[in-house]
Amino acid sequence: MLRGVRFPDDKDFSGCSIFGMMNVKGDIFTGEPLIRAIANMKERSNGLGGGFAGYGIYPDMADLFCFHMMYDDDGARQQVEEYLASNFSVEGAEIIPTRPCEGVADPPLLWRYFLDPRPGLVPEESGVDDFVVRVVMHINASMDGAFVFSSGKNMGVFKGVGYPEDIGTFFQVDEYPGYIWVAHGRFPTNTQGWWGGAHPFNILDWSVVHNGEISSYGINRRYLEMYGYNCTLQTDTEVLAYAVDLLIRRHGLSIEEMSLVLAAPLWTDIEREKPPRRELLTALRQTYGSLLMNGPFSIIVANLNQMIGLTDRIRLRPLVAGESGPIRYISSEEAPMHLIDDGVTKTWIPRGGEPIVAELETRAKGKAAAGVKAAKTCMEEVGIS
Amino acid sequence: MKSYLLPEFVIDRDDFRCIRCEVCVRQCANDVHWYDEEDDACYLDETKCVGCQRCATLCPTSALTVRRNPASNPDNANWTMDVLMNIYKQAETGGVLLTGMGCDRDYPIYWDRMVLDASQVTNPSIDPLREPMELRTYLGAKPDALEIKGEGANQRVKTRMAPQLKLEIPVMFSAISYGAVSFNTCESLARAATEAGTYWNTGEGGLHSKLYKYKDHTICQVASGRFGVHADYLEAAAALEIKIGQGAKPGIGGHLPGEKVSAEISRTRMIPKGTDALSPAPHHDIYSIEDLSQLIYALKEASHWVKPVSVKIAAVHNSAAIASGIVRAGADIVVLDGIRGGTGAAPTMIRDNVGIPIELALAAADTRLRAEGIRNRASVVVAGGIRSSADVVKAIALGADACYIGTAALVGMGCHVCQKCYTGKCNWGIATQDPYLAKRLNPDIGARRLTNLLRGWSHEIQEMLGGMGINAIESLRGNRQRLRGVGLSREELDILGIKHAGE
Ligand code: SF4
Ligand code: SF4
Ligand code: SF4
Repeated sequence: MLRGVRFPDDKDFSGCSIFGMMNVKGDIFTGEPLIRAIANMKERSNGLGGGFAGYGIYPDMADLFCFHMMYDDDGARQQVEEYLASNFSVEGAEIIPTRPCEGVADPPLLWRYFLDPRPGLVPEESGVDDFVVRVVMHINASMDGAFVFSSGKNMGVFKGVGYPEDIGTFFQVDEYPGYIWVAHGRFPTNTQGWWGGAHPFNILDWSVVHNGEISSYGINRRYLEMYGYNCTLQTDTEVLAYAVDLLIRRHGLSIEEMSLVLAAPLWTDIEREKPPRRELLTALRQTYGSLLMNGPFSIIVANLNQMIGLTDRIRLRPLVAGESGPIRYISSEEAPMHLIDDGVTKTWIPRGGEPIVAELETRAKGKAAAGVKAAKTCMEEVGIS
Repeated sequence: MKSYLLPEFVIDRDDFRCIRCEVCVRQCANDVHWYDEEDDACYLDETKCVGCQRCATLCPTSALTVRRNPASNPDNANWTMDVLMNIYKQAETGGVLLTGMGCDRDYPIYWDRMVLDASQVTNPSIDPLREPMELRTYLGAKPDALEIKGEGANQRVKTRMAPQLKLEIPVMFSAISYGAVSFNTCESLARAATEAGTYWNTGEGGLHSKLYKYKDHTICQVASGRFGVHADYLEAAAALEIKIGQGAKPGIGGHLPGEKVSAEISRTRMIPKGTDALSPAPHHDIYSIEDLSQLIYALKEASHWVKPVSVKIAAVHNSAAIASGIVRAGADIVVLDGIRGGTGAAPTMIRDNVGIPIELALAAADTRLRAEGIRNRASVVVAGGIRSSADVVKAIALGADACYIGTAALVGMGCHVCQKCYTGKCNWGIATQDPYLAKRLNPDIGARRLTNLLRGWSHEIQEMLGGMGINAIESLRGNRQRLRGVGLSREELDILGIKHAGE
């Protein structure tokens, strides 16, 4: 775990900004327009956190897991590197290139590694993804001064303390081409800047950016604990990411069904439905009532194939969708889309609880690793340390 | 033998106000008041007064004040007047001390040491008058995961869902048996439950056939005496409840004296008129958890697997582990009844000294079921001392799916918690079979008072939820983050699984 001042219940009591952009044909663009878009929503962040996730950014290393690491000092780095080397064949290790930027102070040491799990070490039954999750959870929970903030294939998260546009400039996201980019500007009210606490929250190739406070956090967390998810970061966003993993990867629900759980329809609306659908909705709500995300939120969830936007069921946080040719946008506000793209022809505001899904027309930009399995892959038994 | 008992209550009559209407004379079944025509004066025998406040409430000129007898022995924390009176009583009769209602001792009431959260700035509170605010609750086993087949319009749930009870407010009426209370009391409860979209519970006294029409809102109990249990009874229920124990008297059975077993009660309970109805302490076919499981499945089988089966136990030291056993034995609902739970009659020493507070039992059971990963498999209902909507909200935040109210419901119909239910002379027409007294409770009015009470509580629950920025009750259930303790020790906080205020 990265050191620094943190408070328990590091919840996002914030009215953050979120922005997502995807080319459904899989054509690539850099993170540069995202920097401008997120800067245009400056009111929504307070300089205590910003971040980006880009998909398709490491095409030459697409078969390898890429870990982005934060270290407090060189000692922590050596320790983690030894641990990594004992679990993976390390195909690349380098300092993440950054450029000095006025708004970004005191960054931790930032490194990235391209990793191939050592075959003998991966238990057959659980598979390689679970193995990687265990490693990530171990480092984050138990290794002093170290934090894995990105662990997918052919994707990467860049985040830290500062305004998001400064963080983007610092990490040079304008120099990485990808086909999905998401960005987040944060307005935390109860935390001093802690680099690990910025969004996106990532595990394997799932990343989540989130605006809002989840009033049901206490029960969401206790429910997930029953399924072996140990919410170590104590953030709402973490709970969301685990809920998505449980519902989609482990229970095999579709994205629509998942949104019917996270932002369940009202009972009065359920009763208006015809029988088979009514029964389905009733059963979903009865079964997964403890995963209803109550309180204001809007989120963008991304993986190698999809970008999904969702708000709470009474839409207490804003979310706008837009289209421009093959480009799909999901944003807290509409203006930034027009700022970066004159060709935005269609914009709409989804209803509360209605998911917006943008999907690659031809899957598997991430080659071998991509496809449904990888997209549905995340973490298991997160409680281990 | 000369009795050394002092009157428990003293009554002041303001003779200036008294108009000699004799209402008090007629209303007091304990014959405390009488009128002397020659003197044109009212007189009192306070030794018979139980403090039920019936006369004071109905006196048209408010001439009466009934209050605790302030008489006192020299101050003594150990040998209080209550202790002395109990000893005199037993020295005079050689009997077991009897009482009614729930434990009245000064154990900590944890509801009053917990406070609720509300939204400020960072997330909006919700106004329940303008926005939807959902209290609906389903009780019953839930699957761990849902399997869905088909696409689009053909989508169907593949998982077999267990039967559920649908509650429009997470409050039900506790088991109160016909026999312990009057028929009118049962009818008031049944009608109010039907109107409010919740359930009432027959207790162990069977179900009068006139109440079969409320079957969709009736939970029928199967207790150790098996009184009134037959095929039609099981049919006339929305759910079945096996009563193992009761918070007011854990570990002991029940006793309805023969004089209360009228023709109607004899028919309903299926016992001869005038005989004592004795409920054994244990079920004599349940000496272990496997035996319980057999009864659970026997009842499921007998009710064609369409009704949830509930198991009610008294909250005792290891009720968390027992609750886990009950869930594994196949129960759809586990009911925990705390030390403050009411009764028609119980030995005073048992009522006041056996069992644990419901708040601790609930927290421990919910934590245990979650740690074992089986919390989905059954709903948890708590009973025993729920007094207000705030208690309900706190219970749900601690982890309950719903609450049972017994005493609060009776109070809604007029009960003044005089604790003399076992005498059969309830002046409020509740705990009595005397037709003259029983007709004091008009079921039209009883039902209306109860629906009013539930409506008031449901508005208050909605306000508290909205204040927390939550618009569905399931988002509060088990959400202990929204609770804080005030003035509790670290140990108490740990058991309750909450933080201290300010943390
Ligand atoms: S009810 Fe009141 S006014 Fe009537 S006789 Fe009794 S004390 Fe007097
Ligand atoms: S027993 Fe009740 S009605 Fe009778 S005198 Fe006492 S308070 Fe009044
Ligand atoms: S039900 Fe009647 S007897 Fe029992 S406590 Fe209430 S008022 Fe007294």
